[in-house]
Amino acid sequence: MMGTMDLSSINPVVLAAALMVAATPILLAAIGELVVEKAGVLNLGVEGMMITGAITGFAFAVSTGNPYLGMLAAVAGGAGLALIFALLTQYLMANQVATGLALTLFGLGFSALLGQGYSGVSPPRTPRMDFGWLGDIPVLGPILFRHDPLVYVSLIIVAGVWWFLRYSRAGRILRAVGENHDAAHALGYRVRAVRVAAIAFGGACGGLGGAYLSLIRVPQWTEGMTAGAGWIALALVVFASWRPWRALLGAYLFGGIVTLQLTLQAAGWRIPVEYLAMAPYLVTIVVLVVISSGRARRTLSAPGSLGRPFHAAG
Amino acid sequence: MLRLERRPQPSRAWVWAAPLLAVVLTMLAGGVLFAALGKDPVAAIRLIFWDPLFSQQFAAFSRPQLLVKAAPLILIAIGLAIGFRAGIWNIGAEGQYIIGALCAAAVAMAFFPSGPTDVRFLGLEFTMDSAPSRWWLFPLMVAAGAAGGFAWAMIPAILKTRFNTNEILVSLLLVYVAEKLLAAAAVGWLRSPEGAGFPGSRNLSRFPEAANLELIPNTGMHWGVVAAIIAVIFGYILLHRHMLGFHVQLAGQAPRAARFAGVAPARLVIFCLGLSGLMAGLAGMFEVAGPARMISIDFNVGYGFVAIIVAFLGRLHPVGILLAGFLMALTYIGGELAQFTLGLPSAAIQVFQGMLLFFLLALDMLSNYRIRLTSREVTP
Repeated sequence: MMGTMDLSSINPVVLAAALMVAATPILLAAIGELVVEKAGVLNLGVEGMMITGAITGFAFAVSTGNPYLGMLAAVAGGAGLALIFALLTQYLMANQVATGLALTLFGLGFSALLGQGYSGVSPPRTPRMDFGWLGDIPVLGPILFRHDPLVYVSLIIVAGVWWFLRYSRAGRILRAVGENHDAAHALGYRVRAVRVAAIAFGGACGGLGGAYLSLIRVPQWTEGMTAGAGWIALALVVFASWRPWRALLGAYLFGGIVTLQLTLQAAGWRIPVEYLAMAPYLVTIVVLVVISSGRARRTLSAPGSLGRPFHAAG
Repeated sequence: MLRLERRPQPSRAWVWAAPLLAVVLTMLAGGVLFAALGKDPVAAIRLIFWDPLFSQQFAAFSRPQLLVKAAPLILIAIGLAIGFRAGIWNIGAEGQYIIGALCAAAVAMAFFPSGPTDVRFLGLEFTMDSAPSRWWLFPLMVAAGAAGGFAWAMIPAILKTRFNTNEILVSLLLVYVAEKLLAAAAVGWLRSPEGAGFPGSRNLSRFPEAANLELIPNTGMHWGVVAAIIAVIFGYILLHRHMLGFHVQLAGQAPRAARFAGVAPARLVIFCLGLSGLMAGLAGMFEVAGPARMISIDFNVGYGFVAIIVAFLGRLHPVGILLAGFLMALTYIGGELAQFTLGLPSAAIQVFQGMLLFFLLALDMLSNYRIRLTSREVTP
C-alpha cells in the first residue's frame, strides 16, 4: 500500500532498543555540560566540541582500524577544544556566551576541514556487548543487553557524576565553586583550576558523544552531522534542572521522540519528511517553555554563579 | 609573576586596537594553517585580502561582490549588536533571515505572471486586460520579509518574557526549524512549476517588478546595500543619540540600575529581538530577490552566524560593524578565489573566521585589564 501508514510494522521492542541508541550522544554531551555548569561555567560550544569529537574519532578509528582508539581520540579532541574555551574564559576573562559561540563556529569549520576525504568511508565496526544468557531474555534482552559498549559507558558516567557531585569531597568543592565563586575562593579553593578541569571533562564527554554519532549511530562522516545535537544537550541540562538522573530521563524521552519520528517516516506517514524532521527541535523548545515557566519553574536550582566571570582581586 | 588588574574603565585605545591586532594574528595563524594544508601561505593570504580588491585579473569581478556580501552581514550585525549591548542574545539570525526570504518569495510568487496577463493569488485567477505596472510589489516584499523575520524572532522574545525561557537556545533551535521549512518550500509549496520536478523556486530575476536588481551596473549596489547604509545610520542614532540607546547600554551593563531608571526588561527584550529579527528578515528578502534570485535548499550560507563575528569585530558599534562587514565579506570572496586558484578547501575559510573571533575575544582582555608584573607575595 503506497502512501498509507502501516503501524503494524512498528515493533515496540526494536523501538525501545533504538531509543537508547538515539539518546546516547546527547546524554553524553549533556552529562558533561551538566558538570561544567555545576562548576558555574556556561559553555555554549557543545555543538562545536561534539562535531570535533565526531571527526577526530572517525578519522582516528579509520586510520587505526580500531573504534576504541577512535573514541579516545574523540575524547582528546573534544577536551582539546574545550581547553581553548577554558583559556579564553578563565585566564583571558572573555565573555562566556561569545566564546561558546566561537567554539561552535570554529568547530564546525575545523571538522569540515579535517573531514575532507572521509565522506563515504565506512568506519570499523564497534562490536556489541555480549552478556551471555541476559541477551536472550525475551523483550528485555534485546532492549537492554545487546548494545554497543558506549551505551553502558554513558550510563556509568551518569552514575559516576551523580556519585561525584553528591558524595565526594571534590564534587562538593565543585558545587561550591559553581554556587558562589567568591565564597569558594575565600575558603581557599582554587576556583580556576576546578573550572578548567570541569570544562575539560565537559569537552571530553561532548567529543565522545560526537564520536558515538559518527562511529556507531550513523555510522558515517558528513559535514555538520551533529545537526543541533549539542544545542539540544544544552537544553537537556536545563530540563534536568542540573540533576544527573533527570538528564538521563530527559535524554531517553528525547531519544524516544526521535526514534518515533524516524519510524513514522519509514512507515510512510503522509506528513512530508521536512516537517517530521522539525519535531526534535520543536519538542525541545516546548519542553524548555514548560520547565522554565510557572509552577514548574526550576531556574532557582541553577548554580548561583552560572555564567558569571571570576576574577580574584586579592 | 604576571597578574591581571582590572581597569577602572576599558581602555579606548585597546578597544579599537584589539580587532586590528586580531586580524593580523589571524593572518599569521591562517598562514600556518594554509601551509599545513600544503599551500603557499603568502600567496593564500594575498589572494584573500589583496587580490579581490587590487588584482587586475580578479578585481573587476570581485569588487562588486564586496558590496553584495557585506550588505547582509552589516544589516544583520547592526540588529544583533543592539541586542548584544543590552545582554539579549539573539543567535538565531540565520533562521530569521531564512523566514524573511521565504515570506518575501511567497509574496512574489503569488503575483508571478503565469501567462501574459493572468495573475493567480490565493488560488483565484484574475484576468487583467493589460498587465498594469505593479510598482507596489517590491515594497510589499520588503514588508513581508521584515515581518517574517520579526515574527520569527518574536517566538523567542515572547517565550522569554512570558515563560522566562532562555532566548539563546530557543532562537538557535529555531534556525534548524527554519532550515526544514526552507527545504519543505524548495521541494514543495514554492517549487517552480516549470522546474521539471527539481527543487527550487521560480527565478525572480525574470520578474523585474519583484527583482532586486543592481541599481548601478557592475557595482554590486542593490537595495540591500542601501538598506545596510540606512541601518548603520539608524543604529548610530539609536545607540549614541537617543534615550533608547542609553537604556539598552544601561540594561546591559547595570541591569538593576536600569530597572530603577524605569527600563522595562520585557519591553527591551521584545524591542531588541524584534528589531534584530526584522533586520535579518530584510537581509533575507534582499538576498532572495537579488543575488540568490530564488529559494533553493541551500539558500542560506551562514550570514546569520558570521554576522555575530562581524558584530563583535565591529565592537558592537555601527561604524565598526560597517568596516568589519567589509572585512568579513573580503574573506568570503578571497576564500572563493583561493578555492578556485589554489584549491584551498572552503572549510579553511570557516576556520579562518572562527580563529578571528578567538583572537578577538582573547585580545579583548587587554582593553579591560592591565597586565602587571608583580613579585610573588602572599595575598591576604
